[in-house]
Amino acid sequence: VSTSAATEQRQFTVRMRFFHWLTAAMVLTMLGIGLSMVASLAYYHRLISIHRPLGILLLIVVVIRYINRRYSTLPPFPATMSPRERSVASKSELLLYTLLFVQPLVGWGMLSAARYPIILHGSLHLFPILPHNVMLYAVLRRAHTALAYLLYLTFLAHFGAVLFHTWVLRDGTFDRMAPWRVRAH
Amino acid sequence: LADTRHFGRLAGTGIVVLGVAAAFLYLGGWFNPGALTPPRFADGFERVDGIYSGFRLNHAKGVCVTGSFESNGQGTRLSKAVVFKAGRVPIIGRFSLAGGNPYVADAPEMVRGLGLLFKLPDGEEWRTAMINTPVFNVPTPQAFYDRLFALQPDPKTGKPDPEKVAKFLASHPEAAQAAEIIGSHPVSSGFDNSTFYGLNAFWFTNGNGTSIPVRWSMVPEQPFVADKAGTQADKNYLFDALIVSIHRHPLQWRQTITIGQPNDPTNDATVPWPDTRQQVEVGTLTLDHVESDFNGPCRDINFDPLVLPEGMAPSDDPLLSARSAVYSQSFTRRSGEKKLPSAVTPSEVQK
Repeated sequence: VSTSAATEQRQFTVRMRFFHWLTAAMVLTMLGIGLSMVASLAYYHRLISIHRPLGILLLIVVVIRYINRRYSTLPPFPATMSPRERSVASKSELLLYTLLFVQPLVGWGMLSAARYPIILHGSLHLFPILPHNVMLYAVLRRAHTALAYLLYLTFLAHFGAVLFHTWVLRDGTFDRMAPWRVRAH
Repeated sequence: LADTRHFGRLAGTGIVVLGVAAAFLYLGGWFNPGALTPPRFADGFERVDGIYSGFRLNHAKGVCVTGSFESNGQGTRLSKAVVFKAGRVPIIGRFSLAGGNPYVADAPEMVRGLGLLFKLPDGEEWRTAMINTPVFNVPTPQAFYDRLFALQPDPKTGKPDPEKVAKFLASHPEAAQAAEIIGSHPVSSGFDNSTFYGLNAFWFTNGNGTSIPVRWSMVPEQPFVADKAGTQADKNYLFDALIVSIHRHPLQWRQTITIGQPNDPTNDATVPWPDTRQQVEVGTLTLDHVESDFNGPCRDINFDPLVLPEGMAPSDDPLLSARSAVYSQSFTRRSGEKKLPSAVTPSEVQK
C-alpha cells in the first residue's frame, strides 16, 4: 500500500473536506450575523441584506454537499471511539445536516408568510413559498431563533468533541477533516 | 506528570469551547445589557404607551386604503426603479396617528402618518412610511428613545411633564430646532389635505449609473384648509372625515422628489434642505377605497422604509436602519397576538 493510498483512507475525500470547511465558514458567518443583527439598530439593515442571500446560498451548498456525501467513501472511525460515541457522532451529523437544511427553509418560509419581498441582490428576489399569514410568520420566526440556538449548541458540541479527541486523546481526529493533506504515520 | 498534562489539556479544551461560545453571545449583545437594541426599543414603546394586543407599537390607530400610483415617466432620469416607468401600479396604504394607543382621541397636533406599498410588475416592492411634518423631530435613534420618555404623559395630569420636556430640549438642541420648524408649519384640517414627507434621505441611481441624494413628499390635490382649533366632539374626527371624503371621490397626491446638492445633509432628518432645491414631479397617487385596519389589506403589512426596489438605496441617515429594525420587532410582536379593532371599527368605515 502506497503512502498516498493510506492517506486517502485516513482522511475524508478532498471534495468532502472542501464542502465541510465551506459550510463551516458559511454557518459560523450566518450565526454571527444572525445574532448581531437582531441586537443592532445601526447595522440591522446591512446585516440582513447579507443574511438573506447567504442563507439561500447555504441551502444550495448543503444540498450539493449531501448528494456528494451519498456518493463518497468515508474513512473509518478512529479506534479510540467507542460504539456509543460512534453512534452519537453519526446522529449529531444527521442533526447538523437536518438543521442546515431546515433553517434556511424556515427563514425563506417566514419571510414569505410575512409578505416581505425576499431580496437577494438588486432586483433579484425569490418567490414566496408560503401564503401571507402573520400567525404562521409568528410561529416560524420563533422557530428560526430556536433552530439557530440549537445549531449553535450542536456546533459547540461538535467543535468540543473534535478538540477533545485531537488535543486530549491525541488520536488524530482533526486530521481526518483537515483542510490540508495529512500523511499517514 | 502525564495526568497533570492530561488534565491541563482537558481544561484547555473546556476554556476554548467556552471562549467560542462567549464570542457568539457577545455578538448577540449578551454582555452589553445597557445597549439600545431593537427589542429594548420596543419595550420602551410598551412602557410609555402600554401594551395593546395585535397593534403596531407606534402609529397604532389607523385605517387601510387602496388605490394606484400613476407614474408620468419623469422619475426615470433620476432612478432606474421600475416604479418610475410611465404606467400605473397598485397601492396598499395606511393612514395613521402617531402613538401606541389605538383608542386615542384624534387631535390636530398629533403626527399623521401615511404608509404606502407600491406593488411593482416585476415582483419588487417599494414601501415608504411618511408623516405630515416637514422635518423629523430627532436626528438619531437614541434621541428618539429619549424623547419618547421625556414626552411620556404624567399619570396625574395626563400631559407630559414640562420640566422633563424642557430638560430634553435643552440637552438636544437639534430636536429643539426641529420642534420650532414643525411648530411653524401650519396643520391642515384632515388627512386628505395633508402633505406627507418621507423625511429621510435616500440615494437614487439611474440607468447611466448616476447617483443623487433625494427626499420625497406627497403633495395633496385637495386644497389646504387650516385645522380649526378647539376640541372635537367626535374622537375619530380625522378618520371619519377621511372616510367621508374618500367615499365621495378619489383622493390624490402628487409625488415630488427633491434633489439634494452635495452639501445637503443626508444623515440628519431634522435639517430641511433649502427651498431652492430642484423638485421633480414623478407621478400621482390616487386612493379611492378605505377599509378598517382590523380586516383591511394593510393590517399585516410592515411599512418598512428599507423595502426598496433596485435604483433606490438608503442614505447614511442612522434613523433608517433603526426604523427598519424596530418596525420589524414591532411586526414580529404583533403578528402572533390576537387582533382587535381600533377605535375606527369596521362598521365606522362603512358609514
